[in-house]
Amino acid sequence: MIGVNREGEVWVFAEQHNGQLEDTPIELMSKARWLADTLGVKLAAALLGDNVKDLAAKLIHYGADKVYLIEHPLLEHYQANSYAKAIFDLVHKYEPQIVLYGATITGRDLAPRIASAAKAGLTADCTDLQIGDHTTIKDGQLHKNLLFQIRPAFGGNIIATIINYDRWPQMATVREGVMPMPEPDAARRGEIIEEKAELSQQDLTLEILQEHKRPKKVNLKAARIIVAGGAGVGSKDNFKLIWDLANCLGAAPAATRAAVDLGFIDGDHQVGQTGTTVRPNLYIAVGISGAIQHQAGMSQSQKIVAINNDTEAPIFQIAHYKIVGDLNVVVPKMIKAIKEKS
Amino acid sequence: MAYNCVVLIKQVPDTKRITGAAMNDDGTVNRAALPAIFNPEDLNALELALQIKDKFGGSITVITMGPPAASAVLRDSLFRGADDAILITDIRCAASDTLATSYILSCAVKKVDYDIVVCGRQAIDGDTAQVGPQLAEKLGIPQITYVEELIELNGKTITARRNIGAGWQQVKTALPALLTVTSDANEPRVAAAKKMMKYKKAHTPIEVEQKTQAENSAADEADIKALVAHKCSELEEKGLLIKQWDLDFVGADLNWCGRGGSPTKVHRIQSVVLAAKESKDVEPNDKAISDMIHELIEDKTIA
Repeated sequence: MIGVNREGEVWVFAEQHNGQLEDTPIELMSKARWLADTLGVKLAAALLGDNVKDLAAKLIHYGADKVYLIEHPLLEHYQANSYAKAIFDLVHKYEPQIVLYGATITGRDLAPRIASAAKAGLTADCTDLQIGDHTTIKDGQLHKNLLFQIRPAFGGNIIATIINYDRWPQMATVREGVMPMPEPDAARRGEIIEEKAELSQQDLTLEILQEHKRPKKVNLKAARIIVAGGAGVGSKDNFKLIWDLANCLGAAPAATRAAVDLGFIDGDHQVGQTGTTVRPNLYIAVGISGAIQHQAGMSQSQKIVAINNDTEAPIFQIAHYKIVGDLNVVVPKMIKAIKEKS
Repeated sequence: MAYNCVVLIKQVPDTKRITGAAMNDDGTVNRAALPAIFNPEDLNALELALQIKDKFGGSITVITMGPPAASAVLRDSLFRGADDAILITDIRCAASDTLATSYILSCAVKKVDYDIVVCGRQAIDGDTAQVGPQLAEKLGIPQITYVEELIELNGKTITARRNIGAGWQQVKTALPALLTVTSDANEPRVAAAKKMMKYKKAHTPIEVEQKTQAENSAADEADIKALVAHKCSELEEKGLLIKQWDLDFVGADLNWCGRGGSPTKVHRIQSVVLAAKESKDVEPNDKAISDMIHELIEDKTIA
């Protein structure tokens, strides 16, 4: 456990697998850069692995002032115990004030283990981070410049702002896709600090027998236009309408959890609380009622077009263009209109 | 060999059925207005333990921390085949965050003989997925999170397939170990009628006390106390007493429990009110739809 350290840096865990940086630490960089600048401290990345030094420059290009680099043969493959131990030791040595992780499966496997060992707080799946003050009700004490860890809770029905003011570091995992990717600046220079990890074979508690990587069938996060279908589309056959509309717009096809559960489309296409978070220029919601869990994944879209035959559908509350009607009539009309204009 | 499993479960408000009626004016959630259910992925955790028991033998102990009413999920677990049930209930647990919760649970689990600890991946009220890994750390045992399939149990080792996002990995570890289980792992079995008949009478001491008080409102305190003790020992003889532990019993250091033991605090809660800044109604006819597409092309939304 470390105490409040106002001089402490802002850290981002630089998740990498097989020498490839994940998107999430890069997405986190722009927000973390802003947090560090607001607090007047340095931004550092914690990079662990074996032969991963060349990734350090990339992290600096994306905004890090420093990279703490731990290279060790036993860190070649991620596993919770060895990584948690190495990061815990690093945190104890440098006492950062904030440590951020992507809310990937790896981040969600690793960060709680570190938090438990450090007896520190951890907020899961944040969608925003801010700096602010908090006054404790009990003694009226003002705690300045805390990390506001903002996340949906209760299935997305409320937004909670979580703080920790006494037991640091302030740690959070941040949802994938909620923060825009920064542009790299190849001219940026930074410091690489090589650290040693005290690890032995005993620290590798898992034996990884097999691994099968399956590339995602669709990259929703990168899509500028998304056409998404919900349970209202009715059947897998009828979901062809979604594909057709997406194709003529050069858009990515997506779906609600309900549509995925009904087998209309593969889970890689799912947008929402338990799927991907997207922020495209245009989101066309077809036959989607707009449960809060779905809205949590798409409400940041620049423009939203909603097509639904139920005037009361919650999706209409956030839509810029509201079309009340039968999707089987409306979607073909849209396809026709797009083909005429292009 | 037989394996003793501890399954950690949680009673949660059914957040999928949340409606306006369940929201207070200040944006907080009125938990009382929501049905309380067995956390879905904890049912998958229990099913995984039941499959281990079916194949290898051993026992299943289910543990939950919560208010007295949380005994409902313990009874449900007994209906489905668990052998023993423990309710950790103590007002001093209130406002525990995941760190404090995992500490309290670790104190309780240490009192039970176990080879495998099984948890659901996450609970639908908080969706944090933190308590499992934190508990594994506190118990000093390895964790396999996001388990989709139990591959093999062989002597003192376990092999499981875990989801890694874009793909899967098969990992092996030495027991004792902790698993967190996803909804893809199995199809939870339903309650067995015979067990339901038997265990519907299973109660915690606090439930016995509440019932006795309600039935004997005129009796004095000492008489009620004696009556409760008698009824509890009767239930215990029949194997129908759900164990009820408090923080003293599990030997928890109160500094690490409840609000004081929780580093994370709530600064603010807001209800979600999402609304588009400006919106247009578009009639479902050719002209209106064509105009909309034209607008979206004009403002470069569609390239």
